[in-house]
Amino acid sequence: MFSKPSPANVLPRAIAAAVPEARWRPGLAEQPFHSEVFAPASEASGAGLALALARDALAQVGAQTPGEDARHVLWVQDRAAIRLGGRPCLAGLPPDWRRRLLHVAAATPEDALFALEEGLKCRDLACVIGEIAGNPRAFSFTASRRLSLTAERHGVRLWLVRLDATPDLSSARMRWQVRAAPSLHPRWNAAAPGTASWHAELFRARTHAPDEWMICDDSGTLRIRRDPDTDVAATPDIIRLARPTVGRSLAARAHA
Amino acid sequence: MLLADARALCPDLVAVPADPAGDLAALEKLAVWAQRWGPWSALDPPDGVLVDVTGVAHLFGGEEALLADVAQAFARRGLATRAALAPTAGAAWALAHFGPPGAILHPFRAGEEHMLRHLGDLPVAALRLDDDVLTVLRRLGIKRLGELAGVSGADDPAREAAARDALRRRFRNHRSPAANPLLRLDQLLGKVPEPLLPVIARPMPMVQRRLMEPLRHRDLLDRVVEDLAHDMVRALEARGEGARRLELALWRVDGEALTRRIELAAATREASHITRLFAARLDDVEAGFGIEMVQLRASWSEPLALSQADLDAAAEDHGTALAACIDRLTVRLGPKAVTRPVARASHIPERAQTWQLPLAPVPSGQAAHTFNIRPLKLLERAEPIAVLYASPDGVPQRFRWRGEVREVTRVEGPERIAPEWWCERSTARLRDYYRIEDETGRRYWIFRQGLLGDGRGGVPDWFLHGLYA
Repeated sequence: MFSKPSPANVLPRAIAAAVPEARWRPGLAEQPFHSEVFAPASEASGAGLALALARDALAQVGAQTPGEDARHVLWVQDRAAIRLGGRPCLAGLPPDWRRRLLHVAAATPEDALFALEEGLKCRDLACVIGEIAGNPRAFSFTASRRLSLTAERHGVRLWLVRLDATPDLSSARMRWQVRAAPSLHPRWNAAAPGTASWHAELFRARTHAPDEWMICDDSGTLRIRRDPDTDVAATPDIIRLARPTVGRSLAARAHA
Repeated sequence: MLLADARALCPDLVAVPADPAGDLAALEKLAVWAQRWGPWSALDPPDGVLVDVTGVAHLFGGEEALLADVAQAFARRGLATRAALAPTAGAAWALAHFGPPGAILHPFRAGEEHMLRHLGDLPVAALRLDDDVLTVLRRLGIKRLGELAGVSGADDPAREAAARDALRRRFRNHRSPAANPLLRLDQLLGKVPEPLLPVIARPMPMVQRRLMEPLRHRDLLDRVVEDLAHDMVRALEARGEGARRLELALWRVDGEALTRRIELAAATREASHITRLFAARLDDVEAGFGIEMVQLRASWSEPLALSQADLDAAAEDHGTALAACIDRLTVRLGPKAVTRPVARASHIPERAQTWQLPLAPVPSGQAAHTFNIRPLKLLERAEPIAVLYASPDGVPQRFRWRGEVREVTRVEGPERIAPEWWCERSTARLRDYYRIEDETGRRYWIFRQGLLGDGRGGVPDWFLHGLYA
């Protein structure tokens, strides 16, 4: 995908060869504070993977603390990103995130970086998701280093989606390259598009060996997809019409 | 008369829309201003103000001079008034509305007979009664206050008492003073107390610094603003409030005033936060020959209870609160940049969500349908695409978007969303939404606007509206 390997690309591979490290998988306890997801702007796979990774990380962190996480999530977009990929749609978000989303529409990449940094400094935010289009001059290595340091100092995690960007120098702890992959076949209508799945390549990570996966977001949980032909969605359908609710008839509960 | 009829009679008619809330606010201000004549004033909507001038008149040189001063002060502001002075609020109201201009009822002579002699000729409407009560009184033949007081019209005390009893029984169940003429009459004569709701001015918290030497440098101005922020915090703390909007006014030597205004996402009383927000807004201040006065006002404040400050300093420097973060973003990026999406009751996707202020309460609504899968991202404006289809009302096979041709491999649809006829033009076309996936797995939400032959246009257009994750 890249014509010449950048130093940022080669170095972690060398380290990984020297020291055998754990392979990445969903549901790891240690989650990075600053990740970048490179994605084409003509699809929402970048935002989708960032969202899935963020939910995965928050689920692992939230498993240690009791109670439901009601903290807000800051979603920062610059104007070019909004023009290319649109704004987040409330009805398409996971249900528990619909009341928690705060959106920042920044005019310029500089403003977006400012908003990202202010969001990372805020102790009341669960995480920050950013979308920046292209390789703006303001988003230099220094700027990404600032974001990394702020995120690690204040303990707020950042997933930055880079739309139509070339992977230049960055201090992000994990860097992904993602593109859409043919979705899983839904059980009831094979002709319909199914659960979101992506072809994700982890090409630079401090603690994991680089690799490629087919990842799918199966009813809110991130998992690695196996053989595309035999793998079907784990849930009967994306829409669960029969839910285990209290107070309904025994038949419905037994069915659920 | 309808406005159209009136315009037909007089084409030059100028119509001004009614503004009852604005009128009431103006009347409140007027009532506060009228406290120059007495320590205490009350509203009398829609167009009156009552001022308590007990023991005040000698300061103006007597009652006549007081009324003359009132008339002059209002005339200077272009307002026509009718003022009257009386021992009770009811009597003053009656005289002001129905008495001679500048009427004064002297309190030292004010026995009941004396008051009735002066006020007996006024119509019963002077008692501040409701319209239906006035109708009842007119049907009973009672037109003047004197007739209500001596209702039988005869000198026989027994007949008088009987007639008064009958009247009292007639209005026995009317508890509200405005519906009971006898109660109103007693209030007018001072036999029954009449509680009034006073208007009390609440000055907005304001702190200012007059400077000995005009300021021309930024760091000095920053220090003055910091001092003002500390003063403001103390002023707010004394009232148990926090500021929601702050206005900083800078007076230059040449008389020009510059203002900077910030709005805060939540009530705050933190000097360092206020200083920091203003520091971002003071970069473009043109000091000229110097700034000689700086004033900080909290034009909107909300109750904010005193709270225990963090005991350990470590919690202070660990990050900012959400409201402070939003304030910083809003001050730099503008008030519309930071928003949160909220659902609205609409089926049209772009109308199904609006953006509101981040910390405003979310309006409650019905839960959304869960059987429709909506895209993660919605384009700001649906982008037109060129579509190749087998039949005009069938599923798309191939489409071109942003200069790239994509093959459609999987389709679900259509999901038909009809136009909202109650708020749209009659020519608005329905939309048939399809969820599609192309050969590389990219998932989109596209729609066809209209049907062929629905009589609302020609061949329907196709648009791409959303992107699935």
